[in-house]
Amino acid sequence: MADDENKPAPEDKVQPPERQYAENRAELRQKQAEPPKTGHVWDGIEEYDNPMPRWWLWTFYITIIWALLYTIAYPAWPLVRQATPGLLGYSSRADVAQDIDSVRARNAPLDTRIASMELDEVVHDPELFRYAVAGGAAVYRTFCSQCHGSGAQGAVAFPSLLNDDWLWGGTLDDIYWTIAHGVRNENDPDARWSQMPAFGEILDRSEIDSVAQYVLALAGRQHDAAMARSGEELYLDNCAACHGDDGLGDRFQGAPNLTNDIWQYGGSLATITETITYSRFGVMPSWADRLTEAQVRKVTLYVHQLGGGE
Amino acid sequence: MSLLKHHGKIERNATLLLGLSFAVVTVSGIVEIVPLFYLENTIEEVEGVRPYSPLELAGRDIYIREGCYVCHSQMIRPLRDEVERYGHYSLAAESMYDHPFQWGSKRTGPDLARIGGRYSDEWHVAHMIDPQSVVPESVMPPYGFMMNVRIDGRYIEDLMRVHRLVGVPYTDEMLENARADFLAQANPDADHSGLLERYPGAQTRNFDGQPELTEMDAIIAYMQMLGTLVDFSTFIPDASR
Repeated sequence: MADDENKPAPEDKVQPPERQYAENRAELRQKQAEPPKTGHVWDGIEEYDNPMPRWWLWTFYITIIWALLYTIAYPAWPLVRQATPGLLGYSSRADVAQDIDSVRARNAPLDTRIASMELDEVVHDPELFRYAVAGGAAVYRTFCSQCHGSGAQGAVAFPSLLNDDWLWGGTLDDIYWTIAHGVRNENDPDARWSQMPAFGEILDRSEIDSVAQYVLALAGRQHDAAMARSGEELYLDNCAACHGDDGLGDRFQGAPNLTNDIWQYGGSLATITETITYSRFGVMPSWADRLTEAQVRKVTLYVHQLGGGE
Repeated sequence: MSLLKHHGKIERNATLLLGLSFAVVTVSGIVEIVPLFYLENTIEEVEGVRPYSPLELAGRDIYIREGCYVCHSQMIRPLRDEVERYGHYSLAAESMYDHPFQWGSKRTGPDLARIGGRYSDEWHVAHMIDPQSVVPESVMPPYGFMMNVRIDGRYIEDLMRVHRLVGVPYTDEMLENARADFLAQANPDADHSGLLERYPGAQTRNFDGQPELTEMDAIIAYMQMLGTLVDFSTFIPDASR
């Protein structure tokens, strides 16, 4: 504003009285205390060399001092072999280890009990069970939901955990074993294991079509009765060893029940034909070395109570 | 303060100002960067880390080509929530053979630094073809075309030579066998003894379930090894780092 008032007014214009007064006042102030000028002139505009505000200057000096103290307190200055560790001994690794340990320590009384008790005993301890299911739900959402779905509804090739159709058994101990060791993976020798042959290499096309019709019949789906009859014998010769004479499956070998119209890969004729021809080889990782014992047990209890637990 | 008066000369001479600014930036750059190359507590030797196998390297190139790093990081920070979700925090040594590293700076999707072994190959295939088929909440675009793009490793040796040029210790033996190793890793019937000797811990199987060797094999081979090389049951973290 002062700059505007300092501009010389065009001489051919008559200034209104109040404007003249303002100019006089500005002149008066300049005469009283004229700060030094920088000497820069541009189009007649000059620049005052006023000092920085005191508060600003001191804040600036304090930040410099703060920075120096900071480098003394925290790891900073590079020396010959190592950087200075800092007086406070800060380390991000020690920090996170301590953070994790403190949470583990708070949960330790409950976690130790879960890890040392039989799983079906935990079910009958309401307080412990509630804790286990809540903790298991967190583990499930972090590690299991990507395949089995956030609601445990499953997806094509990944079984739903909500129903009572279990491939490898639905008791607490069965579920525990499956989670801890996984299915058909290469890194855990205790993983559940079985392998369906690819019948495309064993049966011819028409035989596979007949067996597929028989599988549709087992599931109570619409099928070609004549083909299914000829498929029955082929089924008994080739499939019944694992899936059972009556198609009820065999949990010892992870052979699915074929009679309940619950499908891991789909129940259409095309999908069943594909399954028989090329077989399936569903893999689940083992979790025993990624999760703690208590975490495996908690997620076991969580999965067991979703609806299908036996 | 006669010294400060000379500052006027710098201000009035653009070339001098540029030259001296450059000098200042150079000095501060040297002070900040050079110590990282010699300080003992910035360089941590970790057992198990090895250069990528040829097929993994090809998968890594696809990862970069498709811009996976735009949405996925490969850097688990030492914070409790990250360690609990993704696994042990990342070590600098784990990306020592990455040129360029894939730490990323944005997580639209989850961190992938330890995705190796966490899901089955079948899951990866289903997820690449249609991410929403397994994770309905996902916003990831599909990459099913990789199933149809065959690869033959024609230029894999050149790629490894380039990596050797920038410091990855590929031996002459590795380069000689580059293409053979490339073809063998996703072929379950091949002899893998040489491959496993050169690249310990490499996983050998048909990753995408198709007889042909495709980009899908390469990207899954790469992802299934991410974060698996260091054995954290024997690794003792040095708290000074």
